[in-house]
Amino acid sequence: MTLTIAILLASAAVYSWKFFGYLVPEQFLEKPLVSRVAALLTVSLLSALMATQALTKGSEIQFDSRVPSLLVAAVLLRFKAPFLLVVLAAAGVAALLRFFGF
Amino acid sequence: MARRQVDTMSLGVGIATGLYGISFGALAVASGLDLWQTQLLSLLMFSGGSQFAFIGVFASGGLASLPAAITSAWMLGVRNGFYALQMKPLLEHLGFKMPVAAQLTIDESTGVATAQANSEDTKRGFWLTGAAVFVFWNSLTFAGALLGSALADPSVYGLDAAAAAAFLALLWPRLKQRQPLIVAAAAAFVAVVLTPVLPSGLPILLAAVIAFVIGGLNLFKPRAQAGDRR
Repeated sequence: MTLTIAILLASAAVYSWKFFGYLVPEQFLEKPLVSRVAALLTVSLLSALMATQALTKGSEIQFDSRVPSLLVAAVLLRFKAPFLLVVLAAAGVAALLRFFGF
Repeated sequence: MARRQVDTMSLGVGIATGLYGISFGALAVASGLDLWQTQLLSLLMFSGGSQFAFIGVFASGGLASLPAAITSAWMLGVRNGFYALQMKPLLEHLGFKMPVAAQLTIDESTGVATAQANSEDTKRGFWLTGAAVFVFWNSLTFAGALLGSALADPSVYGLDAAAAAAFLALLWPRLKQRQPLIVAAAAAFVAVVLTPVLPSGLPILLAAVIAFVIGGLNLFKPRAQAGDRR
């Protein structure tokens, strides 16, 4: 599978939620069980992505400058910093630590 | 709310959201997409969380991880389906505009629309916010991708660390209760621990199973709910 085809498939898959949301009868997805699982699904995926992005390299677990950088991001989020500042600060901390050889 | 206020709110949300299109563009290029593939994601997928997921999984596992990248992006898009359900009765008689409305049905447009007091403002807020986010998200994705491709080695600039922070920022507002907190912690643990033993991308999908188990059985339900019964 080429990357571009994968992008098209994934985009169609994401669009299908948006599209069918307008077609299905309203009661269908309004069950508390369904909305609860959907909300938690988002949480679990985002958290798993965050953790693997911060703590793994290839197929290995690796602790490096990404860990303090993520902690700084968490502190900024705690104080309601805007998204862009959080992301830039995280990049800055990692870059700085690497510059000094960590 | 006066019409002017709706317009200002929509534009403000559009610009603020668009700004992190810069980080998406730069990260996408750093993870191995070219300029056009990056832009294609912002134009066609147009859902921040799913886009970050796609490039995140692809960055860690390359071409072999593409099925997992597609699946993660798809599963993260599920909330848009719920927004669509919410918006359908509010937008009324969409007709041929429905496919366009569907593409613009994201966190921000739904958020602004449902914050309005009357039907006219709701519709205006939805379309304006959706359009503003679309324009800014896409143009700033392009700017970010240009910026990213100008950098020789992205890890020197900490872009890999920025990706983790981006996921944390998307996750943060969803962690207000005990149940999502436990799911988040368990999912992070499972995904990291399974990384050395499973093909790339799979640990993330297995972490998603936790949501089905804890959500399906409604374990660790919110404290307020338990207190209500007293």
